[in-house]
Amino acid sequence: MTKVLMKGNEAIGEAAIRAGCLHFFGYPITPQSEVPEYLAKRMPEVGGTFVQAESEVAASNMIYGSAGVGIKVLTTSSSPGISLMAEGLSYIAACELPVVLVNIMRSGPGLGGILPAQGDYLQATKGTGHGDFQLIVLAPSSVQEAVDLVVLAFELAEKYLNPVMVIGDGMIGQMMEPVEFPPEGQGKPLDPGDWALTGCKGRKKRIINSLYLDPIECNDINLKLKAKYDLIAKKEKRWETYNCDKPYDLLICSFGMMSRICKTAIDDLAEQGIQVGLFRPITVNPFPYEACRKAMDKAKRVLVLEMNMGQMLEDIKLAGEGSKEIDFFGTAGGVVLSPDESLLKMRKSLRKIPKATKAKPKKKPAKKTKAAKKRKSR
Amino acid sequence: MKKIFASTKGLTDRPTHYCPGCTHGVIHRMVGESIEELGLRERTVGIAPVGCAVLAYEYFNCDMFEASHGRAPAVATGAKRSRPDLILFTYQGDGDLASIGMGEIIHAANRGEKITVIFVNNAVYGMTGGQMAPTTMPGQYTTTSPFGRDTAEVGYPVRMTEVITQLTTPAFVARVSTHTTREIVRAKAVIKEAFRYQAEGRCFTFVEVLSTCPTNWGLSPREAVKWVEKEMVPYYPLGITKRPEDFTEEWKDGGH
Repeated sequence: MTKVLMKGNEAIGEAAIRAGCLHFFGYPITPQSEVPEYLAKRMPEVGGTFVQAESEVAASNMIYGSAGVGIKVLTTSSSPGISLMAEGLSYIAACELPVVLVNIMRSGPGLGGILPAQGDYLQATKGTGHGDFQLIVLAPSSVQEAVDLVVLAFELAEKYLNPVMVIGDGMIGQMMEPVEFPPEGQGKPLDPGDWALTGCKGRKKRIINSLYLDPIECNDINLKLKAKYDLIAKKEKRWETYNCDKPYDLLICSFGMMSRICKTAIDDLAEQGIQVGLFRPITVNPFPYEACRKAMDKAKRVLVLEMNMGQMLEDIKLAGEGSKEIDFFGTAGGVVLSPDESLLKMRKSLRKIPKATKAKPKKKPAKKTKAAKKRKSR
Repeated sequence: MKKIFASTKGLTDRPTHYCPGCTHGVIHRMVGESIEELGLRERTVGIAPVGCAVLAYEYFNCDMFEASHGRAPAVATGAKRSRPDLILFTYQGDGDLASIGMGEIIHAANRGEKITVIFVNNAVYGMTGGQMAPTTMPGQYTTTSPFGRDTAEVGYPVRMTEVITQLTTPAFVARVSTHTTREIVRAKAVIKEAFRYQAEGRCFTFVEVLSTCPTNWGLSPREAVKWVEKEMVPYYPLGITKRPEDFTEEWKDGGH
C-alpha cells in the first residue's frame, strides 16, 4: 500500500468512502469546507450521493432521514455548525440510528474565529443536545489517525446503533500529511437490520420515533440507552500513553493536536535526561478514567494542556479523584502553543515537585481514608 | 350482501385522537387511499410532524418517521436521496411548515426533491392550545393574538402555495379544501395526482389543504366549515397553481 499526501479534510472525506459511506449531507463552514468540496467531486465518481444542505439544522435532519432508511451516512461541520446540529443529533441518538459526524473545531464562543481550537470538548462529550444521550467521541492527533478513526467511527456507529463524532481541531482539517487508506471497495453497506424504513412489503410497518408520552415508557427508553452507554464504556475505551514505560515525576494529559505538540516537548526533555509521561485519550467519550488514573498514580504531579480553558481538565480531575496536584494551561481563540512554549509549561510544573518525597507515605493513607469514607457514606 | 365501501389499507385501524369536527381524519383518509390505489403503500415512507398530527405515525399504514418540528422536508430529502425507490411524503401543519420549518420547505422545493408534501392549513396552532400561526387570518382571535391578529404588528398570513409556486424549479403545487363534500372529492384527486407525479419521478409535489379547527376557533363543526368558506377561501384561493413543464392534458384531475 502506498501513502498519499493529502489535506486532512479531504482525507476524512476519502476515509468515509473507503468505509463504505456513499451518502453525504453537509453545509460549508470554515475550516471544514474542503470535506464537502472534495465529496461533491468524489461522490459521483463512486456512485454516491452528495447534497449541500441549506443549513446545519437541515443537514442533521437529512442524516436522520438517510440513516433511518438504512444507509451509511456522513456529515461534517465546525463548531457553530455543530451547535445547530444538536437538534438532529438528539433525535438520532434517541432513535438509535448509526451516523458519523466530524467536527473540525474552530475557536469560539459565538462566531469566534476560524483558527484551531478544542473548545467543543464538553459539548461533544457531555452536552451535545437536549435530553439524556451520549455520542461516542473520537479525537485524532494526526491526519492518518483521523482517517483510521473515521473508519472506526462507522464500525462503532453500526455496532451500537449510535451517533459517533470525530473531533479534530482546525489543524487536523487544514494540514497536509502522508496517509494510507484502506483499499477501495472494502467498506460494506449498512445492514438495515429489523429497524430501517425500507417499505413495509411482506412485513409489519415500522416506526422511527422518539415521542413517548407515557412516563414509564419514556423512562424505559432512557434506561435502555443508559445500558448501551455503559456497555460502550466497558468495551470501547481507547487511549495512548507516551514515554510512560520509564519512571516519570510529571504526567502530561492532552488530546488531539495538542498532545502531538506535547510529544515533541517530551522528546526534548528526555534528551536533557528528564522523563515526562503523556496520557492521551483517543475515545474522549467514553473517557478512559481507569487508564488515566493508572498513569496518574505513577506521577507526582499532573499537567493538563489544552486548546481551551480547561474542559478535559474536568475528566482528568474525575480520574484522579483528588489524589494528585493538577496544573492546567490552556490557550483559545486559535492560539496554539509551540513545542518550546509547552516545554516551558512542563518545566514550571516540574519545579513545583518537591525534590525529596518523604512526605509521600504520610499523605497517601490520609487520602485513602477520605475516599473510603466517601464510598461508605454512599 | 354486496360490499360497497371498505376502509383503506393505507390507514391502520387505530382510532385517531383528533377533536370532533377536525378534518385531519378526512385528509389522512385521502392520503391513505391515494397511496393504496396507486399501489405505493408497501414502498411508502411517511413523515409525521410536530403539532396536532404528531401521532400520524400511528395512523398511516406504512413505514413512518416522526420528525422534529418543521424538519420533515429535510428528513424526507435525506431518505429520498438515499433510497430513490421509496415514496416519501411529509404531513405537516401550518406552525410546523410555515413557521419553524419555513427554511426546510423552501429549500426542499427549490432543490426539486421528488417528495410529496401534504400541508394542512387550519390557521392556528392546534396542539399547543390555539396560538397564532403565520397563516392566522387578519383579525382572528387566538390565545397569542387575544385582540385579533393585528397586521400592523405581525403582518399578513403567509400564502405558502403562492410562495412555492413562484420558485423557478418545476413542481406540482395546489391548494384544495375540505369544507364541502365536493371540495373533498376534488382534494382527493389532487392528492392522488401529486403522488402519481412522485411515483413517476417527475418533480416536487405540494398540496395545501384548508382544514378546520372547531376547538381552537371556538366554533361548532358546522360553523367551522362555513368559516373556511367565508374567511379562508377568499384569501387562500383554491386550485392547481403549478404543474411541471412536461404536463399533458391526460394528467388533469389525477388522470381521471
